[in-house]
Amino acid sequence: MASGQQWVLVEMVQAFYEAPAYHLILEGILILWIIRLLFSKTYKLHETYRLTEKEKEDLIEEWQPEPLVPPVSKDHPSLSYDVVTGPPSHNIIINGKECINFASFNFLGLLDNERVKQKALASLKKYGVGTCGPRGFYGTFDVHLELESRLANFMKTEEAIIYSYGFATIASAIPAYSKRGDIIFVDEAACFSIQKGLQASRSFIKYFKHNDMEDLERLLKEQELEDHKNPRKARVTRKFIVVEGLYINTADICPLPELLKLKYKYKVRIFLEESMSFGVLGEHGRGVTEHFGVNIDDIDLISANMENAVASIGGFCCGRSFVIDHQRLSGQGYCFSASLPPMLAAAAIEALNIMEEDPDIFTVLREKCKRVYTALQGTPGLKLVGVQFAPALHLQLERSSGSRDSDTQLLRTIVEYCMERGVALTLARYLEKEERFLPSPSIRVVVTIEQTDQDIQKAVSCIQEAASAILK
Amino acid sequence: MTSQYISWVTPNRDIYSRGRPTKMTESSSNKLLNGDSCHRTSNGKKPSKNGFVKNHGLFQEPQKYRRPREKNQNVTHNSSLYKKPFAESFEETPLLVAVLTYMGYGILTIFGYLRDFLRHWSIEKCHVAREKEEQKDFVPLYQDFENFYTRNLYMRIRDNWNRPICSVPGAKMDLVERVSHDYNWTFEHTGRVVKDVINMGSYNYLGFAENTGACADAAVEATEKYGVGVGSTRCEIGSLDIHEELEQLVARFLGVESSMAFGMGFATNSMNIPALTGKGCLILSDELNHASLVLGARLSGSTIRVFKHNNMQSLEKLLRDAIAHGQPRTHRPWKKILIVVEGIYSMEGSIVRLPEVVALKKRYKAYLYLDEAHSIGALGPNGRGVVDYFGLDPKDVDIMMGTFTKSFGAAGGYIGGKQELIDYLRRHSHSALYATSMSPPVVQQIISSMRIIMGEDGTTLGIDRIRQLSENTTYFRRELREMGFIIYGNDDSPVVPMMLYMPAKIGAFGREMLKRNIGTVVVGFPATPIIESRARFCISAAHTREMLDTALKATSEVGDLLQLKYSRRERPLPSLGWMAEESLLQD
Repeated sequence: MASGQQWVLVEMVQAFYEAPAYHLILEGILILWIIRLLFSKTYKLHETYRLTEKEKEDLIEEWQPEPLVPPVSKDHPSLSYDVVTGPPSHNIIINGKECINFASFNFLGLLDNERVKQKALASLKKYGVGTCGPRGFYGTFDVHLELESRLANFMKTEEAIIYSYGFATIASAIPAYSKRGDIIFVDEAACFSIQKGLQASRSFIKYFKHNDMEDLERLLKEQELEDHKNPRKARVTRKFIVVEGLYINTADICPLPELLKLKYKYKVRIFLEESMSFGVLGEHGRGVTEHFGVNIDDIDLISANMENAVASIGGFCCGRSFVIDHQRLSGQGYCFSASLPPMLAAAAIEALNIMEEDPDIFTVLREKCKRVYTALQGTPGLKLVGVQFAPALHLQLERSSGSRDSDTQLLRTIVEYCMERGVALTLARYLEKEERFLPSPSIRVVVTIEQTDQDIQKAVSCIQEAASAILK
Repeated sequence: MTSQYISWVTPNRDIYSRGRPTKMTESSSNKLLNGDSCHRTSNGKKPSKNGFVKNHGLFQEPQKYRRPREKNQNVTHNSSLYKKPFAESFEETPLLVAVLTYMGYGILTIFGYLRDFLRHWSIEKCHVAREKEEQKDFVPLYQDFENFYTRNLYMRIRDNWNRPICSVPGAKMDLVERVSHDYNWTFEHTGRVVKDVINMGSYNYLGFAENTGACADAAVEATEKYGVGVGSTRCEIGSLDIHEELEQLVARFLGVESSMAFGMGFATNSMNIPALTGKGCLILSDELNHASLVLGARLSGSTIRVFKHNNMQSLEKLLRDAIAHGQPRTHRPWKKILIVVEGIYSMEGSIVRLPEVVALKKRYKAYLYLDEAHSIGALGPNGRGVVDYFGLDPKDVDIMMGTFTKSFGAAGGYIGGKQELIDYLRRHSHSALYATSMSPPVVQQIISSMRIIMGEDGTTLGIDRIRQLSENTTYFRRELREMGFIIYGNDDSPVVPMMLYMPAKIGAFGREMLKRNIGTVVVGFPATPIIESRARFCISAAHTREMLDTALKATSEVGDLLQLKYSRRERPLPSLGWMAEESLLQD
């Protein structure tokens, strides 16, 4: 065995000596080649990808961007707005035609109230129009502080904070608290400014079916299970429920007492958007909390705009100081925007005065709402959406014609028909692509305390006529 | 902001590539650069050793991007794009000051922890609002750490912000006097008024914050006619004739085809950018862009990339890479690229390098969104913003955005541009569909003030104000600089940031100035980088020379008191003088 091995070795050495030179050289090269292959990098991905300057230049030449905005056909129906001349109050002139206003959110008729105007004028003569700065930098006026304390008093909360734009109120408030990783449970029918707030917060969003407490509880239970699995994460994950008092898109009310039960059961905070219900519901117009007789301190944050019932501009949030004060440094729309023009704040204060002096107006408004609601029942071809005390109702088609466009067109014809006969209505407008759950097309019917029985009679018969003529 | 921006006027590369014969060509490249700068900025340079170190950085900077730039040297950094000198300076933070500033924050933090400890054991009274008892077991609404800064740093000097005022925010204003008995946790109004405080804080550039005069009278009429509210959106039935009138006027003022106005400046950005870009689009945003632009970009769902403040190499590199590589992972080409810049940056006082941005935008087929919140009315011979200032064609800017809050003394914002753009926005802007339209008296205030600026009222009041503002700006900036303060930004910018650096000086400066009856804005972290706390003066056309002198005198006094005159630049600034010295130093 051993001798055999030795023999092989000897023979190899001998063969090496005897082999011709060219053979050795070839073998040598092959060995080097193998070594090279072994040690070289397998595949140079980057080099093949790196573009030369020339190639880059060609790509840049070649690239054609999309137009900044897609082309719009000139005859699109919503391209030109209906132009209102004069004040948009009870009697409104639209495109030169005088109408009774059933479309502006002027619930309490304060839009051209003389007292409000006088207070606004007095403020204008003292402060001028603009504030020329955000709240932090000499943009805080004494009227702002007064309005904040008046709102807090009116709502019976510890503190209120005002924003200079209604839309920005809840849209800034949500991301001030809810951050990446937090969870927000939100009603599917939530309005667009809530949706924008959710988006800005970058939190996990869980939608529950509109006003469906079982669905909400199911989601909360799921989350509870999840929390049990990962208690460390659960300890830092804030949870919120965001609902509207009266939904602007569906004109119905949120089941607040049930929500509160869920709040304490699952330890979730509640944010309530009350733009439609503030100054409308409740004995003193304090909104859904008063309507249900709920302690307002149980709601973590209430936000509303001052553009509907209050008939000024801007919005506010109110609640406990612990919650609200946080926005003064982290509410983007509060910190980084110029403050509300003082005259608009003064107008809002005067509107609050009127609301406080005469709480009967809320009863009157509810009466009118009920009247309109009953009268509009049974309109041929149209179904009335909403609750009877909602001041902004929706009329939808009973049977859809199949496409959204033609539905909208039918409703638009009704609106035009009524407008010609002196009743101003409007279609509820939505951004069709951006809405999370797009509501069905509808006509908005807004009730205000200024509408007399004749006005209501006229409007209702107009709508019914139009509906039977157009929808057949 | 950082060292590399110092006197970045024209880069040395231009000189290299064209071999421009300068009398300094034979000296080192470093010197060359200095030489070139000093021709243009008579004041942007300081001859200290420190300055040289920095200039190296500046010189190296272009090297990094050298390859791409060689290709398009006619696009970037072409000084011929500018019709007049572009003088902008950001003097570097002196090293000692930087060290002391960090130490200041260190001490504050240590004391903060100490006091938190005391509060925790109830040795010190805690004033923070408490969570409701029933909700104690909820997840905390905000992190305790988040509030460490508020509790221990901000609270100490809180009296410098949110000072309530009770008059027109004009050149002089009245402040509500307030005192705090618990170290700024709560304030109490004494009922007295601090009269005639010189207002160096409001953005009242053209002095239209007035309660008398043509604008106020017109606003009164509008209130009487329309009331204050509208109660509906533009798309429904909140579109008044006065809104349409305003939009036509704005379009004419800007020199664009059409425009649209919105009720809030912040929302103009945050609610319209999402209408313009979306998934598959790229937004290139300046690192110091306003929160509203950042929010709008985020809400749009586009990819966002950030370029260094006013740095055209950085922007061009991003543009080239973006187009060459397409979208990340999928490598599909971008649908469109939107460059977002501001006219005047409100914390830096710098002016956007618009001619270069426009050149880049054209070269790379990107779209340009220009936010003129601070510059509209305040810049340019006709008050029409940065486009007017640089003498460019407004059509080169795709989206002209601006606000009415500042120069016009009103509220709200606008977007101007091509007819198609505005037509599209009228149907797709979030604001137009969901937000209540502008209040009529506010609209009227804008119309009247804009007419005056345009001279359509038949007087020269508008142009006088513009001229006055520019004179005031030049005077105030020059004087402050000569006193030895470090002033940031462009020589023509009415926003004048003055560096304070140390956290203790933020509060001290604000209070000392108020003692001398001057209202200034002081800002610190997080509005600025942590060591670059500053005071900010906003110059107005309504300031008289007397007021400015009073303010300057007070600033100088306080500056001596607090040792704020950090600048190590040579005080007298005849450009030739220090050039000579510089060459001496070099040798």
